[in-house]
Amino acid sequence: MAAISREEVAHLARLSRLAVTEEELDRFAGQFDVILQSVARVGEVAADGIPPTSHSVPLTNVYREDVPTPSLTQEAALSGAPDAYEGRFRVPRILDEEE
Amino acid sequence: MSYEDVLTRYEPVIGLETHVELGTKTKMFCGCKTDFGAEPNTQTCPVCLALPGALPVMNRAAIEATIQIGLALNCDIAEWCRMARKNYFYPDMPKNFQTSQYDEPLCVEGYVDVTVDGKEYRIGIERVHIEEDTGKTLHVGGATGRIHGATESLVDYNRAGIPLVEIVTKPVPGLGALAPEVAKAYVAELRDIVRALGVSDVRMEQGSMRCDVNTSLNLPGDDWGTRTETKNVNSLRSVERAVRSEIIRQAGILDDGGKIFQETRHFQETTGDTRSGRSKETATDYRYFPEPDLVPIAADPVWVTSLREALPEKPSVKRARLREEWGISESDMQSAANAGAVELIEETIAAGASPAGARKWWLGELARRSNELGVELSEAGATPVQVAELQKLVDDGKLNDKLARQVLEGVVAGEGDPAAVMASRGLEVVNDTGALTAAVDEAIAANPDIAAKIRDGKVAAAGALVGAVMKTTRGQADAKTVRDLILERLGAS
Repeated sequence: MAAISREEVAHLARLSRLAVTEEELDRFAGQFDVILQSVARVGEVAADGIPPTSHSVPLTNVYREDVPTPSLTQEAALSGAPDAYEGRFRVPRILDEEE
Repeated sequence: MSYEDVLTRYEPVIGLETHVELGTKTKMFCGCKTDFGAEPNTQTCPVCLALPGALPVMNRAAIEATIQIGLALNCDIAEWCRMARKNYFYPDMPKNFQTSQYDEPLCVEGYVDVTVDGKEYRIGIERVHIEEDTGKTLHVGGATGRIHGATESLVDYNRAGIPLVEIVTKPVPGLGALAPEVAKAYVAELRDIVRALGVSDVRMEQGSMRCDVNTSLNLPGDDWGTRTETKNVNSLRSVERAVRSEIIRQAGILDDGGKIFQETRHFQETTGDTRSGRSKETATDYRYFPEPDLVPIAADPVWVTSLREALPEKPSVKRARLREEWGISESDMQSAANAGAVELIEETIAAGASPAGARKWWLGELARRSNELGVELSEAGATPVQVAELQKLVDDGKLNDKLARQVLEGVVAGEGDPAAVMASRGLEVVNDTGALTAAVDEAIAANPDIAAKIRDGKVAAAGALVGAVMKTTRGQADAKTVRDLILERLGAS
């Protein structure tokens, strides 16, 4: 049985605000399925008593001190933006949001 | 349908999620400054703009402040916890996720005690976690926008990445009709606690403290109802209004046999009611997972102990102490606290005013004005130093009560400090005995009948003459001086 359904792929696409065609849904569902089944094989060898690993390096408490460092200029910050207006990034409005 | 009527039939359950923007010099994961009001996008860098390859490093001061808040709220501090990615697609976060905490918050299981109407309520704290603030979006276009016909958003990422602490209460049932007031008292107490720690300026009107209010209703004996989450509640007064209006709204739907849907609603400052917002994405939709770019936090117990020992005096303890010092009743102290006036009164006294004088102005004229304007007391237009100066002018006999009110009017209208307003408006108690005596003699001559009564020993009749003198001096005389002078002139003193 497939590890991921076509509907789940469509849902993920919606959450990511990606427009996906019907054909792409079929293709991606198949591709995701291969990935998920490969990852699932790791679960088969993971023994009880071994906690899931989120970090491969056994480090904790890496901090920086609260000291300001230089920021980008407004011009530099906006230089990679597709569009800008009055010093701000200009993006398509997300509908059904508040004024 | 009145609020009181609703509460005879339904029981509310409330819960509050409060966000506090920390006052660190730099952001949570990078060294960008956090100054309020800077030009847009001048406090950003590759990390907070999420440019490829940029890596975050946690701000130690932000972790410390979160632990301090947790300790002040009687929480346990996690020995080990991780940051998590909260994935969502919205332009206020350039990363397309917010770095937050999910199932492993830094602080858990605390409580806050608040007093309303002389009764103490314990509000359970479920969790306190650290995350980052989002950028500010400015929606333009349509009928209201600055760019006509456009439908787009303008984004300033100066705020993106500023450390944000989220404080979540447990659901609070059993408050009945007092739910709105307890909610407000809780937020006020939380604000005082955080302010005492000095880790945030907790200014609701500037957005450094923001509140989301969860409300549900159920019939007595039933399970708790479906809750709604009201966002955008940005003053103490609004917290109270939001709970109240949401209780009334939900009761109306339930009365008609309708159903409450779990949704996000937005508080409308102008009308005081709530309006439906976007339907809530579920926790699964956020696809939380442990943040791979940040290592776990394992707060050193020695560090936590030293922070615990260095906690400042609790606001509730401090209030009890100040109550003694000021010589006022518990309910007077409570009204001062609920009005957000404790610090202001304290600072006014520090600036030289008597406790009674300081309280009088903050809880009288200024409280009335802040209510009328719908702003915090601290924004009512006068500073503690100005109030102390005003009270000193009264104490020195340069202003009487009536004139002092007029001077305060000028101060809040931005005309300057009390002495300047007094000079520019020509308001000063007439102490010139010659002028006063002339006014007194004039009043005596104009009212021979009353004067005769006073000469016969009926000193109570002097009130009418005092009134006449106050009228000719346009209120600029001290009533007691006038009275003494009248009695003296008529040989009745």
